[in-house]
Amino acid sequence: MSIGPSPRPFFRKGGGLFSCCICFLVALLALGLAMVSPNGPQAAERKSKESGNAAQDRSAISRSEILAPTTDFSKPERWEELPGGTATNRTRFDADAFSQPSVSLSFEDRAKFFIGDGFFRRTWVTAPSSTQSADGLGPLYNARACQDCHLKDGRGHPPARNDDNAVSMFLRLSVPPITAEEKQLIAEGARVIPEPTYGGQLQDIAIPGLLREGRMVITYTDLPVTLAGGEVVTLRKPTYSAADLNYGPMRADALLSPRVAPPMIGLGLLEAIADEDILAHADPDDKDGDGISGRPSRAFSKMAGGITLGRFGWKAGQARIAEQSADAAAGDIGLSNPRAPFAWGDCTPAQTACRNAPNGNNEDGFEAPAEVMDLITFYSQNLAVPMRKNVGDAQVLRGKKLMYEAGCISCHTPKFATRKDYEVSALGGELIFPYSDLLLHDMGEGLADGRPEAEASGAEWRTAPLWGLGYTKVVNGHTFLLHDGRARDVVEAILWHGGEAQKARDAFAGLPKTDRDAIVAFLNSL
Amino acid sequence: MRFLTSANAARLVFAGLFALAPIGQARAADAAGVLTTYSDIALAKYEDALTTAQTLQARVQALIDKPSAAALTAARNAWKAARVPYQQSEVYRFGNKIVDDWEGQVNSWPLDEGMIDYVDPKTYGESNEDNPLYTANVIANPKLKIAGEDFDATDLNAVTLRKLHEADEVEANVATGYHAIEFLLWGQDLNGTGKGAGNRPWTDYAKGAACTHGNCDRRGAYLAAVTGLLVEYLEEMVGNWQADGAARKAMTADGTDRGLAMIFIGMGSMSYGELAGQRMKLGLMLHDPEEEHDCFSDNTHNSHYYDAMGIRDAYLGSYKRIDGKTVVKGPALADLVKAKAPAVDTELRKLLSATMDKMTILKKTADSGEMAYDQMIGEANPKGNAIVQAAIDALLAQTKGFEKAIETLGLGAVQFEGSESLDEPQKVFK
Repeated sequence: MSIGPSPRPFFRKGGGLFSCCICFLVALLALGLAMVSPNGPQAAERKSKESGNAAQDRSAISRSEILAPTTDFSKPERWEELPGGTATNRTRFDADAFSQPSVSLSFEDRAKFFIGDGFFRRTWVTAPSSTQSADGLGPLYNARACQDCHLKDGRGHPPARNDDNAVSMFLRLSVPPITAEEKQLIAEGARVIPEPTYGGQLQDIAIPGLLREGRMVITYTDLPVTLAGGEVVTLRKPTYSAADLNYGPMRADALLSPRVAPPMIGLGLLEAIADEDILAHADPDDKDGDGISGRPSRAFSKMAGGITLGRFGWKAGQARIAEQSADAAAGDIGLSNPRAPFAWGDCTPAQTACRNAPNGNNEDGFEAPAEVMDLITFYSQNLAVPMRKNVGDAQVLRGKKLMYEAGCISCHTPKFATRKDYEVSALGGELIFPYSDLLLHDMGEGLADGRPEAEASGAEWRTAPLWGLGYTKVVNGHTFLLHDGRARDVVEAILWHGGEAQKARDAFAGLPKTDRDAIVAFLNSL
Repeated sequence: MRFLTSANAARLVFAGLFALAPIGQARAADAAGVLTTYSDIALAKYEDALTTAQTLQARVQALIDKPSAAALTAARNAWKAARVPYQQSEVYRFGNKIVDDWEGQVNSWPLDEGMIDYVDPKTYGESNEDNPLYTANVIANPKLKIAGEDFDATDLNAVTLRKLHEADEVEANVATGYHAIEFLLWGQDLNGTGKGAGNRPWTDYAKGAACTHGNCDRRGAYLAAVTGLLVEYLEEMVGNWQADGAARKAMTADGTDRGLAMIFIGMGSMSYGELAGQRMKLGLMLHDPEEEHDCFSDNTHNSHYYDAMGIRDAYLGSYKRIDGKTVVKGPALADLVKAKAPAVDTELRKLLSATMDKMTILKKTADSGEMAYDQMIGEANPKGNAIVQAAIDALLAQTKGFEKAIETLGLGAVQFEGSESLDEPQKVFK
């Protein structure tokens, strides 16, 4: 068998049954649903039992009425139980809650999803090996497989100990533009100027024969916060540095920003939101005077033919899932591909040994060819958001009301519609509940990483979607939140909010304990 | 959401499958007959797998006692023969928890064979950070360290091998089962997508100075123990399908409709996700010879062919035993479908038979020596690629046929209770 070292789980005990049985189960389920629905799953408008008349329904409620935040907290909103519309995962609520395909996918597309899943899990090997299409790892890398960071398609976490490889978390690197050339690059749409020696991120693993770049070191200091009623919550404030640097010192003004892998659910639905619907929430100059700006991220996208609205990544620096996947393949695993044709991954010209290491390119010059990247993209677009829990619970409804009233939804926009002409038709025309405006907001000094990226300043972050939040524990076995996993639970995450979110954060901190608990219950019901 | 909040996928679908339309007496009786046939065939398949494994054990012992090129060839042929009934039983894995829980000891793949015996460092590599035992070579090294603890492998017996299996919690540390035996009989296939299988010399089992690659006695001890274990495991599975066997009982434990659903789940999962998807499409796209299920022996074409046959026979309720004459058959899913919707049955039979046609082409192409499976999936081999793709397409098509059959039998109408939004989830903006 040779170099292919790490097994994929499909064939063996447990894994095989699991991944493959489920696809068939989903197939059965989809069929079942199609059968009970007289018009098929794609039929006109979702209609209520009482009226049974789609046309009448459509005229009865306008689009803007459907999309306006609710003001009635006496009962669950219609449709909110399915935050991902008809694509919502309605079958798996265990550790695989984030790993299910959009329910609305066709039979053929489900097969595509599961093959994409195979590639997402695939462990890449060092070139050269006997398997030309499966090699190309590194030379410097953070992980050997997509799934290694996107554990169970969910959230990454900070390393438990500093001597561990971080794997599901790494440091992004850059330097401020100083030279005319660097400034020109930024003006032309470069997200950042990579650190001259270490590139855009710190790879803490290397193939045999090469040195890893270094490792991330985190130190935490306690930061006690007192809430109304006297409860004290001790936050942990992180500081980051890079140690054991093997390629010489970094530039003195190097900027470091830690990132955990974000959850993979609902990405296609977010991509399917029309630009104008997102821009409608933007208020860059705070004209309405509510203290909240909401700036659209302008990201460079080859696919879009230039600068366009960014919506993916902790700073919304990416516009398209295909491009995010391509950059992650190259930067995190070291795989050249048509959109990021760099066999050396993130190695800089200063890292000559890495640049000269054997690559795993096929005859077209790629380690991960277009066919593979398209499947990974399709898979990433179609990880279904799980159904919400306990939507009708009295405490959950009260928490929802308090959360809305505290002003959280100024940024955590409850609802959007998806475009009907989205490339994955199964995701088009949906009402979704991401609880994010996908815009950039100044989150204050406490959360700032001081590292600008594209349009985002060092203090700005994209509003994180909240859907699936309550499943973090069951899927990933932890509740570490925010871009670097510093918050150990929902309450800590709220308390880290500053800047434009300070008012909402203070409103939360000032509520009696029972009310705070209700808000947490609501968030955990997502 | 009374129903869904507490349900997992299996429960959900099963609930949907068996809590359905009331079924008449006749139908229930037929269904019970179908389940009996299914279990009878399982018993026959595992009995045949056991018989052929016992033959393999005898051949292996002959090789160890009196090593020769002919003895090695006889053992290899016995291994290939043993795969025939076993692969046909694979359709029982999915849907039957007892089988699936057991399967890992018998058919785990892929494996880091460097844990077992010598390997070629040039193609295999010398280390792997994911597996500390990547090149442990237990045949050459009676004393190992596993996860920091001393491990004594002086005696290469069943107890030792059971402990070595998935050692250090690494699934690729496959110490037991068909593929460990396959590696000991063939050795590594060093030909990539070129011609040829593994080429282990018979002298790897030779006595005294004739022994190649060292430790021939320990290699023989390993081979004897691992083959003995396979026989043991198969005896256990035969027991599970006998009259009072746990697996047979499980088929009817939750009502006949659930049993029928389990058959379909086995067929569909094997056909769609496992065989068409993970075992064939992935390797074809990567043109990766490692993606060959029986990679040491170049027997993958047979592995796929008999897997497909097992799927077909689960529907038709018929199995031809290894003697080539005896046929085990009885009331079948096909009869139930035919009674309700003859056209659906006709169509599904056509689809199953189309799959076997494509698999036959694949098998013949390999058997004729034109090209082995790992060559078929190789780069720049449009003819080979097309042969594999045609089989994949046929497997997908027949899975769609299963869906129709499920619908016909009323096994698939999942009725959600309660929430209006879930009764008919449809797009809001259309």
